[in-house]
Amino acid sequence: MDSESSHKVAVANGANEPDLIIQPGHTMATVTDKISSIVLTRPTTPGWVFGFLIGFSLLMVLNLVVTMLMVKGVGIWGINIPIGWGFAIVNFVWWIGIGHAGTLISAFLLLLHQKWRTSINRFAEAMTIFAVMCAGMFPLLHMGRPWLFFYLMPYPNPMWLWPQFRSPLVWDVFAVSTYFTVSLLFWFVGLIPDLATLRDRTTSRIKKIVYGVLSMGWRGSAVHWARYEFASVLLAGLATPLVVSVHTVVSYDFTIALVPGWHSTIFPPYFVAGAIYSGFAMVLTLAIPLRKFYHLEDLVTDRHLDIMAKVMLATGIIVAYSYVIETFMAFYSANPFDRYMMLDRFKGQYAPLFWMLVACNLVIPQALWWRKVRRNPVGLFMISLVINIGMWLERFVIIVVSLHRDFTPSIWAMYYPTRWDWATYVGTFGLFFTMFYLFIRFLPMISIVEVRSLVHETSSEQGHS
Amino acid sequence: MKAKPIYGLMAEFESPEQILAAAQKTHDAGYKRIDAFTPIPVEGLAEAIGFDWTSLPIVVFLGGLFGGLSGFGMCYYANVISFPLDIGGKPLNSWPAWIPITFELTILGGALAATFGMLAMNGLPSPYHPVFNVQRFALASTDRFFLCIKARDKKFDAAQTRTFLETLQPHGVFEIED
Repeated sequence: MDSESSHKVAVANGANEPDLIIQPGHTMATVTDKISSIVLTRPTTPGWVFGFLIGFSLLMVLNLVVTMLMVKGVGIWGINIPIGWGFAIVNFVWWIGIGHAGTLISAFLLLLHQKWRTSINRFAEAMTIFAVMCAGMFPLLHMGRPWLFFYLMPYPNPMWLWPQFRSPLVWDVFAVSTYFTVSLLFWFVGLIPDLATLRDRTTSRIKKIVYGVLSMGWRGSAVHWARYEFASVLLAGLATPLVVSVHTVVSYDFTIALVPGWHSTIFPPYFVAGAIYSGFAMVLTLAIPLRKFYHLEDLVTDRHLDIMAKVMLATGIIVAYSYVIETFMAFYSANPFDRYMMLDRFKGQYAPLFWMLVACNLVIPQALWWRKVRRNPVGLFMISLVINIGMWLERFVIIVVSLHRDFTPSIWAMYYPTRWDWATYVGTFGLFFTMFYLFIRFLPMISIVEVRSLVHETSSEQGHS
Repeated sequence: MKAKPIYGLMAEFESPEQILAAAQKTHDAGYKRIDAFTPIPVEGLAEAIGFDWTSLPIVVFLGGLFGGLSGFGMCYYANVISFPLDIGGKPLNSWPAWIPITFELTILGGALAATFGMLAMNGLPSPYHPVFNVQRFALASTDRFFLCIKARDKKFDAAQTRTFLETLQPHGVFEIED
């Protein structure tokens, strides 16, 4: 309690203005008005339409690719033995990793009473849900016969067969579907009071009905709030270990196999740190343009960017440590296959990708040590893109480079993605951005209730001091 | 009795502190069937109007327990009872391999119980509620705080209760049509 209140005072009395997590001069009414007006009264801008159309066109590309895949099979991709996993699994791990920052912000930081999460948690959570949707598509498509996906589920079938519950791939099914469900529930619970605000403020009858149905008749009763807060904290408490478990299970897909470069005990923590690293990069990639185009600089302040950059720096260092330990263990183990795998990464045929990964994930982000960089939206945006690319390359190196030189030289091969591989990847961006554009148009992208509470807390603290 | 039935009386306040003090006074004055409506969660307000306990944590615990047990039970049933496969004499009850599924389903059960338990206990979805008949109540989701004394309260008397509410210095007092 003490540390919490002193934190609030620090927030309210911030040494200088850029350090505030909400700019002064806001009242409960002004923040409500500001955030809800983006959805209710702001006309649909050409910029939104333009962005949405790009996203939607890419979604149609995905449509085409999936149709092609269903007609011709996974042979249209560049995968073959020994590299059976290719782009599909690289993209799966990449997308799901991105999702992790949203849950971390909404759940873990809620438990830690980090007030700065307030104005970014809603769209970070939306990012999580859409990213998990994109991620989930890849293993399904990669099965080759996606219409038989229900074979993964334990259901009573005429063959009397069960899924292999001892396989990490089946654990993944449970982990990812639980993750998606829980993220969606948590997001929706957070949205209920905001939907009620929209219901009460809109003048359009259709919107009133739609938001009214979605808000389920929320009226802000004190007793309801008490249970609501209970439920939120419990959901946060459940989602926090969940987010750690999901990427742990994803890393089991690799570690439980015997492939050199996969079979390593450092993978679970290394994957979780990498997921948070890439996720925060994606949050910044989305937040910086959003706050610019929707003039939200007073709610998503430079301090938010600064803190997120610090989280990236910290998780980036954990990732760097993991790279070092991985390399060290490969040589220290005296296992010739592990040693060869590492040398192959350094100077094999995919070496340029490995060194690009080192540049993107280890070298360039060190610029974040400088406060000037962390407070510079353009610079930060560029670095976040670089980290996104770097983390994608990391998964490529782990999956493809490990597989292409296995134990037996006679099966060594190269993997080249086809245009269908690229189109599938780009297509999921279409899915992601279509969803995201619809989200910012029809739902409040910042939690109105939480910002209202924050305004009240900061203003009452200022009143006392 | 009046010709037009009323649900209760509602007083409007401007800040969480005001409504908290008002709710306490109302509760102390002997009113039992009261409710407060706020745009933000106000700490202590639910307690001030007589809410002291919720079984939600127990429901969430049971939900998690059910999820976990069914997760483990499913793996056990599949591998030990329904379709036992002897692979090199390895134990059929290979429980460590079932921890991830058990864990995920524990979380899933708990989260479903938390969400739907909260909604059910709050009586949501509720398509109609009399408080929405008050025009100014739309502000309850922006920046106004409302205290309501229900007509069902034993102590409720339209005139006296109104006088009482006015002593709390509200922004206004409104009648809620049922």
